Amino acid sequence: MRGKNRGMDATPGRRQRWQQGIEARQRAPRSLWRFAAPQQFYPLAGRLAPWFAALAAVLTVVGLYLAFFVAPTDAQQGEVYRIIFLHVPAAWMSMFLYLVMAFWGIVGWVLNTRLSFMMAHALAPTGAIWCFIALWTGALWGRPTWGTYWVWDARLTSQLLLMFLYLGYLALTRAIEDPRRADRAGALLAIVGSINVPIIYFSVQWWNTLHQGASVSLTRAPSMATVMLVTMLIMAFAAWFYSIAVALWRVRTIILERERHTDWVAAELDRLAARERG
Amino acid sequence: MGAVFAAMLRREMALAWRGRTDVLLALSFFVVVVCLFPFGIGPEANQLRAIAPGVVWVTALLASLLALPRLFEHDLRDGTLEQLLLSPEPAVVWVLAKVTVHWLVTGVPVALFAPLLAGLYDLQPEVLPLLAGTLLLGTPTLTLIGAIGAALTLGVRSGAVLLALLVLPLAVPVLIFGAGAVEAALGGVSYTAHLALLGAGGLASVALAPWACVAALRLAVQ
Repeated sequence: MRGKNRGMDATPGRRQRWQQGIEARQRAPRSLWRFAAPQQFYPLAGRLAPWFAALAAVLTVVGLYLAFFVAPTDAQQGEVYRIIFLHVPAAWMSMFLYLVMAFWGIVGWVLNTRLSFMMAHALAPTGAIWCFIALWTGALWGRPTWGTYWVWDARLTSQLLLMFLYLGYLALTRAIEDPRRADRAGALLAIVGSINVPIIYFSVQWWNTLHQGASVSLTRAPSMATVMLVTMLIMAFAAWFYSIAVALWRVRTIILERERHTDWVAAELDRLAARERG
Repeated sequence: MGAVFAAMLRREMALAWRGRTDVLLALSFFVVVVCLFPFGIGPEANQLRAIAPGVVWVTALLASLLALPRLFEHDLRDGTLEQLLLSPEPAVVWVLAKVTVHWLVTGVPVALFAPLLAGLYDLQPEVLPLLAGTLLLGTPTLTLIGAIGAALTLGVRSGAVLLALLVLPLAVPVLIFGAGAVEAALGGVSYTAHLALLGAGGLASVALAPWACVAALRLAVQ
């Protein structure tokens, strides 16, 4: 924000043009772009988040019911395979959210919108948690099926490296005190990381095939029953909506923290305090 | 543009020559750590021979990491960095010159010393030139990726540890192909694909990394 107001009152003509610009913008039809302003997005996020949370809850209940009571027992793995309904959506979300973070980083760098960086910030912890869940459930799944918690398989290894990328993002954005630099540095790191994610994946895959025989073959996609596939997709959507809801709530907190010097945040905080008192 | 590159190259070389203990420090770190592994693993020749390429490569990566915080720190502290960014010359050019010199004084000595140290691991003499070659081909990429990390963590508290966390996951592909080429040669398999991919990674990072580095440097001095 530094230097933005410099020279605003340099000449009366300029001042007038500036005023006219504001009036023109106020007359213009209200476009979706207005939600790029944190003040506008804050109430929208507050309205949307409960809906996404409710959708996530409904889908989770349906998905878990299907997962435990409808989906058939796997012919080879028995009951233990059911962890797939948590494991696979978690792995998908962790990769997807990193790309979304990088997307918001690019939008922020190109359009100079603060809200984009705040969205990237809000997504990072959720992505890291999904990544952790994917690794943890993978280890629990690996023990009964492969006889070990961990193999240096291509997917496991690239998931682990993705976890490190998330940790790097979180550490970097929290270590830099100036929020403007933290935003942009984090976005830059997310962009560089997202270029590297496919490279890491393929190099690890190649490394793995060179080192290890076909002791554990994960690359062959097993034929899945339709019920299983549908259940997995429902759980994936539940994970998706949960991530959206949580990110929206988190971005609201970030907005309040970043905009705390403004009048509208003061008014909002007063309102929240009044509601708390009852 | 060529003149800017040459001038920066001369300046950095002079600075590196005057601070040559720094250069020797990274190299001695490399030597000491490589010599440390047999104490932890045991002196069996077969085992040492099997891990030699990996050990040398991982240690080269750590040595390159150790030297990185110095890349922009001095220039930030005495204000040179700010003046350089204010100058009308394209920043990518002098960043590339700085990175080149950094590689010349940290990457190249490590690559040249690696065959000597691999001798301690009883590695077959035929693959020693290949080991040096992969290091020469791979360390520029490590330095370029590291330069982005160094610029991002410039002036940040506990920046050196943070730098390791940022850079090491990104350096994994280089490690895989570098050590993999030597292991392929030991196993009697063709290693040209490894070298081609190392070279491709190097070219891609020469083309892209300086831009990211300049963007991060501008953030650091604001």
